[in-house]
Amino acid sequence: MVELSHDSRPIIGRGPPLGATFLALALLSIGLMVADVRYDQMARVREWLSAAAYPLQVAVDLPFRAWDWLTGSFADRSNLRRENMELTGRLRLANLQLQRFAALEDENRRLRDMRENSAGVADKVLVASILNVDLDPFRHRVLVDKGAADGVFKGQAVLDAEGIFGQVSQVHAETAEVILISDAEHAIPVQSTRSGLRTIAVGTGDSGRLSLPFVTVESDLKVGDVLLSTGIGGVFPRGYPVAEVTQVERSPAATFALVDARPTALLDRDREVLLVWFTPPPASEDAPAAPAPPDEAPPAATPAGQPAPQQEPPQ
Amino acid sequence: MRQGALTRRLLYWISVAAGLLLAIVPLPDWLSPARPDLALLAVLYFILTSPRIAGLGSAWLAGLLLDVLRGMTLGQHALGFVLVAFLAHRAQLRMRMFPILHQAGAVMLLLAVYHFVIFWTDGLTGHGYTGWNRWLPVLSGTLLWPLIVAAGDTLTRRAR
Repeated sequence: MVELSHDSRPIIGRGPPLGATFLALALLSIGLMVADVRYDQMARVREWLSAAAYPLQVAVDLPFRAWDWLTGSFADRSNLRRENMELTGRLRLANLQLQRFAALEDENRRLRDMRENSAGVADKVLVASILNVDLDPFRHRVLVDKGAADGVFKGQAVLDAEGIFGQVSQVHAETAEVILISDAEHAIPVQSTRSGLRTIAVGTGDSGRLSLPFVTVESDLKVGDVLLSTGIGGVFPRGYPVAEVTQVERSPAATFALVDARPTALLDRDREVLLVWFTPPPASEDAPAAPAPPDEAPPAATPAGQPAPQQEPPQ
Repeated sequence: MRQGALTRRLLYWISVAAGLLLAIVPLPDWLSPARPDLALLAVLYFILTSPRIAGLGSAWLAGLLLDVLRGMTLGQHALGFVLVAFLAHRAQLRMRMFPILHQAGAVMLLLAVYHFVIFWTDGLTGHGYTGWNRWLPVLSGTLLWPLIVAAGDTLTRRAR
């Protein structure tokens, strides 16, 4: 009996049957996925593949950059003058503050040296610009134009002028992928400047909101509190602003309060970010902090107006 | 004759490359979740009209490139592409005879399969996002299908 094949390719030179090709390629994809998720060796393959993708990404980025350059070079004079005046004003103010900071920094370093703890302060930065490339709309990640060639490493902290921006999640030859602090898979240890309360800020997938899920109802946290990075974990330098508390909802029946915070970094408007190198705090400082629960242990131990004791875990 | 086949092959790769580029062009935030999968639609169109040019291997490669461009788990889009290409190859003789709206319906099914694969592998690798708007590309792709066919037919008429 003659049966019409569903495969309309010619009989001679048609290669392996469709089903077999499909099976082989499907198994290959699954193997790739497993290797990518489970094994670190795939990083090299990925780096190599990304080098091939780089020209395409640059091709997408180029028109936007050209447009920026064009509008920048044809900006009218009054605009430039206004901007210049504004910047001069800000610079004067910043210089004024800097004079004070220099002395404070000196003093701080002396005090830290006395306690043999000068680590955790950023000592080298590199400016990287964000490529105009859309990755997955449901993950908060961006591509920056600095990569392994510039010494960027996985887990490196990324800042902008206003605060912590994110960390490097993948390094390629010429580019690097940065995961934002607002990504739903990202968490960062923070500390309130007012009460010294230490907790963890988790991304929500919304670039204007972080969530603090481990704050107990009795914890001392108020709307308007500024949260700084703690440096615990060694990824982020210590003492940079992360977010400002925007909402605290305490329900007496619940163990944890509902706390939201707004990231201080301009996560969705930045064009340029800073890659930071710093000496991570020694492990001995980390050790007592790591096993502690993310929330400062007993709420009774965190009365208002007693910020100092939580700066360091008791030895 | 050979000349036509060569031009078509070239057109195939150019349109897939264009689809891949458009997959990472920045869109406004409200539009970005609904971005249609143009590379996949291009592959589908060529599978239906010239199956000898658009094989499974090329579909797989296009998917892998998409993975690399968007920094996803390697093989994720590749698996979706090769599955859709396989189904389309199987149904190709029937699908090319369908009236355009009927064909768009079949394409919608294929896109749904594709996005289910992505959704599933996302969940397995721990990136699960369960919002309804991750299914928007299925809709936008279906609505776009008649336009893709019209554009493709215009482009490839010379090379028939």
